[in-house]
Amino acid sequence: MAELTPHQTMFALVTSLLAFVFVLELVRRRRLREEYSWLWLLTAGAMVLLVVWYRLLILITRIVGAVTPLNTLLLCAVLFLFAIAVHYSMIISRLASQVKNLAQELALLSARLEERQR
Amino acid sequence: MRALVLLPAFNEAARIGRVLGGIRAAAPEATVLVVDDGSADDTAGVARAAGARVVRLPFNLGAGVAAQTGYKFAVREGFDCVVHLDSDGQHEPADIPALLAVIARREADVAIGSRFLGGADYRAGALRRTGMGVFGLLAWLLTGVRFSDVTSGFRAFGRDVIHFVATEWYPTDYADADVLITLRRAGFRLKEVPVRMYPRAGGRSMHAGLRPIYYVFKMLLSVALAPLRREAFERKGS
Repeated sequence: MAELTPHQTMFALVTSLLAFVFVLELVRRRRLREEYSWLWLLTAGAMVLLVVWYRLLILITRIVGAVTPLNTLLLCAVLFLFAIAVHYSMIISRLASQVKNLAQELALLSARLEERQR
Repeated sequence: MRALVLLPAFNEAARIGRVLGGIRAAAPEATVLVVDDGSADDTAGVARAAGARVVRLPFNLGAGVAAQTGYKFAVREGFDCVVHLDSDGQHEPADIPALLAVIARREADVAIGSRFLGGADYRAGALRRTGMGVFGLLAWLLTGVRFSDVTSGFRAFGRDVIHFVATEWYPTDYADADVLITLRRAGFRLKEVPVRMYPRAGGRSMHAGLRPIYYVFKMLLSVALAPLRREAFERKGS
């Protein structure tokens, strides 16, 4: 099984670490809420772990039947992105329903207020 | 029995005046509520001038959400019955008492105005007939009940139903056949009543463009998930 070249290792490590730090920084500056950051941190953390702990990567590569460890990394990345997209869809559904209820509430309350002032 | 006549309206200033006049003549004792779904024209003003109470949504949220706003209104103001009809003149206000009577006599929890029952003489185009056939079949598969007019938006709800549709169970994104199926599955008694319907006088139909395709998709999803949802329904509906 082809090993990751030092070049590939360095690149994967640096990108995942940068991603991890970037998300942390967004949370620190309150640009990203904690509740939405965990999946991103998990993704970046898992990437770092897989790059550093090479034998785990090899093991997963064997289990999923991928050809090279790099494929496994890409596969993991795609799966995590998928999870994040679904996570967002769930959040959007919830927000849409909250906006709907708020708009209805606002409409009912302002109608009552208007009728009272008439 | 306190009855509320509910008309969700989106840019219907040109048509809603006549409809409101018809309602006033047919059901003078009923309160009329127009839910203005973020119209750009003077729908709210016309409705108020015609003596209706008006609730204005801050932006356009779709017919289903507008109708649900009316149901929430009815719950808060303690109405016993809500009659829902379109604000564009498709539904004949003179048929309102027939729907109300079903609820008043407790013959059913939901009265559905059907344009195909009895003496009605509604003529539909081939595409529309096909669509209604498909939806009718889906409704039949889901509920075991044959509805003669499954896409009818002309209907009356009794007290328990109003409370039910004011909750999150109400399918706000496509609110005709889906409502009947939801209500049937929640255990309410439905009854069809012959009514008159007319072709649209103008404006845009809800069943335009790609929406029927989405609709069928949604119904199929509903069929697939029905057995998994039933338990939750019974808990909420009781």
